[in-house]
Amino acid sequence: MSDLLFHLFALLSVACALGVVFNKNAVASALCFLLSLVGVAGLFVLLDAFLLAVLLVLVYAGAVVALFLFIIMLLDMQGGDRKRFTKATLLSSTVAAGLLVTGLVSFASHGLVETADPATVKVVGSSLRAYAEQLFTVYLLPVQIVGFLLLIAMLGVIVLSKKFEGLEDVK
Amino acid sequence: MSPLPLAALSGPFAVSLNAYLYLAAVLFAVGFFGVLLRKNTLVIYMCLELMLVASTVALVAFSRYNGVLDGNVFVFFILTVAAAEVAVGLAIIVALFRRRQTVQVEELNALKN
Repeated sequence: MSDLLFHLFALLSVACALGVVFNKNAVASALCFLLSLVGVAGLFVLLDAFLLAVLLVLVYAGAVVALFLFIIMLLDMQGGDRKRFTKATLLSSTVAAGLLVTGLVSFASHGLVETADPATVKVVGSSLRAYAEQLFTVYLLPVQIVGFLLLIAMLGVIVLSKKFEGLEDVK
Repeated sequence: MSPLPLAALSGPFAVSLNAYLYLAAVLFAVGFFGVLLRKNTLVIYMCLELMLVASTVALVAFSRYNGVLDGNVFVFFILTVAAAEVAVGLAIIVALFRRRQTVQVEELNALKN
């Protein structure tokens, strides 16, 4: 059962990731990204990280993809009949991505120590209580810092989207 | 600490850690491929986010197979930082579009030569 679901979600996420890359329309790309995130959230559920699955859907699928769609709509760039990529880019990026896959796969298959059977490993990531304990004891300082980061990012976005008079273009 | 009812879904674990790592590698590579291939800044940015998500899959899998929570907490922080990053990045793209009236990378060559 779990095996089947893993393959299903893995296929969904990878196929939709390819959809993000190859779609001509930016809106379709964003929607493919959404589906890919749903696949990843399913994998998180299979890994007993329920909180992270919910957060991924809320933060990424809810906020980030919606933001992307807003910006695509705002900038209104459907590209027209512009070519998406040239043959040379296609060739070179295929070679680069292939090398990356080869490297990562060889790293994963040679450099790994055998882990215990997950059925015997205690599930720690499934309860909210465990997260709360970690976040408010060990990781208390990072939580504060991340809170400040969010505040600073918000202020930065406001400053960036303001119109400044008297700044000339760098053509 | 009683297990959640959803935990029954996972059942006997037949999938190995390596399967998750390979999947994360493939997802990361697809995102990387998109970053190199596409010319629309927004699509490039989406592919960057895809690479970030791929790395979180590996972290959660390591965490689950070792019975520790640190990877999951780290993913929690990654999600928060990614949200801030996306907001700032998209604001920069909008500011860029206001200046140059384009988001295609081949036309953004002010630093060339």
